[in-house]
Amino acid sequence: MADDSGTKSLSIIVTKGTLDWAYPPMILSTTAAAMGLNVTLFFTFYGLTLLLKDPKLRMSPLGNPAMKMPMMGGHMGMPNLMSMIPGVDSGATAMMRDMMKKKGVASFEELRSLALESDVRMIACQMTMDLFEYTLDDMIPGIELGGAATYIEVATQSEINLFI
Amino acid sequence: MADQILDAKGLNCPLPILKAKKAITALPAGGTLEVLATDPGAVKDFAAFSRTTGHEIVEQTIEGNVYRFVLRRKG
Repeated sequence: MADDSGTKSLSIIVTKGTLDWAYPPMILSTTAAAMGLNVTLFFTFYGLTLLLKDPKLRMSPLGNPAMKMPMMGGHMGMPNLMSMIPGVDSGATAMMRDMMKKKGVASFEELRSLALESDVRMIACQMTMDLFEYTLDDMIPGIELGGAATYIEVATQSEINLFI
Repeated sequence: MADQILDAKGLNCPLPILKAKKAITALPAGGTLEVLATDPGAVKDFAAFSRTTGHEIVEQTIEGNVYRFVLRRKG
């Protein structure tokens, strides 16, 4: 809901912690903030990974048939079986990072810093913090803890609520 | 001539917008910012950015693969 000043709000529930899925919430939240919206991100389950001081984000072609990487002029997918081979996930991760760098795509850490700088509110789900035995010391500074009710209150006041 | 120039060539979405927002916020009301970008998505994105924030696009040209926008900070 637009607040008294007419400012609109966006909230996103962030549930995924792989290198590829780390991007949509960071891109949308930084852009929305740049366009003058109030933004809240609620990190739960594997999304918590994105708040770690050293997130070491990785990705895997396993269970991801749509992941086709540009290769030798075409696009190549990878059979699930290949992911059993040690080094394939690291290779896919390195390849993605390399492609991103070449194409001028911001690093995840850069986007995360920009998000914090532009006052994107980041809430870590208390229950999943306990479940995975994380403490605030594991996380970057500037975040807060909260639960489902905290998120729902934010959602009732936001025009846009996304689940990623 | 714009008051400030932002070279965002080679940067991909959403960096040109994020950097433009930072740069335009540093200008006084009515100040102008020239943005150079090579991301073809920038054309639609700067239009949307302008409509949502009220920072008007006062000039827009394409030279080769470089998109040039001049934004005026909202008064």
